[in-house]
Amino acid sequence: MASVRLQQLRKSYDGKTDVLAGIDLDIDDGEFVVLVGPSGCGKSTLLRMLCGLEAATEGTMEIGGRVVNHLPPAERGIAMVFQSYALYPHMNVYKNMAFGLKVAGERREAIEARIAKAAGILKIDHLMDRLPRELSGGQRQRVAIGRAIVREPKLFLFDEPLSNLDAALRVQTRLEIAKLHRQLAATIVYVTHDQVEAMTLGDKIVVMHEGRIQQAGSPLALYQQPANLFVAGFIGSPKMNLFGGSIEVAGPDGVQIRLDGGSLIRAAVDGSALAVGARVTLGLRAEHAQAGDSATELFAGQVNMVEHLGEANSIYVGLSDGQDVVIRGDGNQRVQIGAPITFSAPPSAFHVFDGQGQALRRLQPGNLVSARQLAAEASV
Amino acid sequence: MDAGRLGVHAVLLAYTVLALFPIVLILINSVKSRAAIFADPLALPTAETFSLVGFHKVLGATDFTHYFANSLIVTVASLFFIVLFGAMAAWALSEYRFPGGRFLAFFLAIGIMIPIRLGTVSILELVVRLELVNTLTALVLVYTAQGLPLAVMILSEFIRQVPGELKDAARCDGVGEFKIFFQVILPLIRPAMATVAVFTMIPAWNDLWFPLILAPSDATKTVTLGVQQFIGQYVTDWNAVLASLSLAVLPMLLLYAVFSRQLIRGLTSGAVK
Repeated sequence: MASVRLQQLRKSYDGKTDVLAGIDLDIDDGEFVVLVGPSGCGKSTLLRMLCGLEAATEGTMEIGGRVVNHLPPAERGIAMVFQSYALYPHMNVYKNMAFGLKVAGERREAIEARIAKAAGILKIDHLMDRLPRELSGGQRQRVAIGRAIVREPKLFLFDEPLSNLDAALRVQTRLEIAKLHRQLAATIVYVTHDQVEAMTLGDKIVVMHEGRIQQAGSPLALYQQPANLFVAGFIGSPKMNLFGGSIEVAGPDGVQIRLDGGSLIRAAVDGSALAVGARVTLGLRAEHAQAGDSATELFAGQVNMVEHLGEANSIYVGLSDGQDVVIRGDGNQRVQIGAPITFSAPPSAFHVFDGQGQALRRLQPGNLVSARQLAAEASV
Repeated sequence: MDAGRLGVHAVLLAYTVLALFPIVLILINSVKSRAAIFADPLALPTAETFSLVGFHKVLGATDFTHYFANSLIVTVASLFFIVLFGAMAAWALSEYRFPGGRFLAFFLAIGIMIPIRLGTVSILELVVRLELVNTLTALVLVYTAQGLPLAVMILSEFIRQVPGELKDAARCDGVGEFKIFFQVILPLIRPAMATVAVFTMIPAWNDLWFPLILAPSDATKTVTLGVQQFIGQYVTDWNAVLASLSLAVLPMLLLYAVFSRQLIRGLTSGAVK
């Protein structure tokens, strides 16, 4: 296993526009790192560069302390699992897994032993004589992972491996990949555009946008203290609600913001760098809004749409100033479409972003009290 | 069956009859006596008119087996080189970016449009300089050149359909470019290679022009050239001509049978998934 270090990694196809604009990233030995971002953000390009399928324009890539910029893929000690699995269609499962080893000149017995071990881990022993077209999607996925395992790489690369599976299988395979990571104690770089996959699998999530790393950190850190508006909008589902406003009172232990809709909001963020009157964006996650009686409420509007998720509702609210927001409601509560609704949130629930979209430090980021918990406490 | 399908079948059937008619005519007349051929060319052979004199003459009196061997060597050798070099060139043109690549592709496209026979004089000069006159090598070289442009065109289309991730996967596995070509790409484009083989073997087998010009000696005569000896200025030995033509069909039928299963898959593989 190995650590990975990227320094000022840049990729440009035409010399003018950067697909990757200076990536710095450290990955520890045995860490599960998820690269996440919208399509075209450069995450797949970064993975292909690590793999050796694309050359770096500038910067260095180190795997296990060795600069690998100019090494061909086979000498980097990596194995990649592709989105389409990329199994050789004319070879059976055994040959698919053995091909790379045979080319590398491994002895027959060694190949057989490694394949038997990988097949045992992945429970594909009974499929060895089948051709890829005779396998289900989930089985193909396992074979593709098996082909990576038998190479005994220092670093595993996964390129959106679950996107071709149906929803149920995706959840199951996700769990298995997490288990596999623990079993192999492998360093893994995993690319996805699905933030749920990123949150559930990653030790570290790297959010990318327009060829730059927006933020890297643990799933919880990204959720609690997103570094900027992009990360705030990308991590969390449904998306964070954003409101425009300007600063009325600013200080190190909190700010007061006059929203464009008129309400005055107190938010527990470090506002020492802000001047009175500065434009800011206020963020509130759906699950932190709490519906309540109209006397103390900060926001008022009417229900446009309700999504019933079972344990909770997503309530889409049209505010009186015309803005649309979404809040999380109790799943047992019946909500009438068109009914008036009011909600608020404690100061600690708010995120505040300055005029450049950079987040202000939250004073109590761990204070993740959900609307339901608050409601439960209130009723005691 | 509805009217539309009936119509389609009628058209196809009509075309089949049209295409098979000359072949059947040759076959039935090849086993008739000379008098019967002239009396009623369309009649089927009867007990009185049945005669294998043409086959006896062809197989017994002349070097025909030798001509057959020549044709077969030339066709199979050309086929081999066309498919091999065609696939290699197609792989290079579709997979690698290199200066002049586009020009080369265009150059090959021109090769499809301009018939190789326009260059006969220069080809003859070249063959004379190389001292390859009256050798089968000359024919193999010319047919390979003649077949390559179309082969490269068809094969690069198929190679482009091979998913890129497959090649990436092989590269991650440490498989060299040659191994990728021979062990990953070639097995996947087998249907396309069969298509190319069928399209290129028939012109090579049937050609009269180049054997006549480049290799007319008795030792290097091909079947099509050999047949000419029965066609005289005043008298044509129709029994022998028809018998040898009938025989000449057989190897092509055999080769076609070998390729046809792959061929049908190749022709339909783009249409149905």
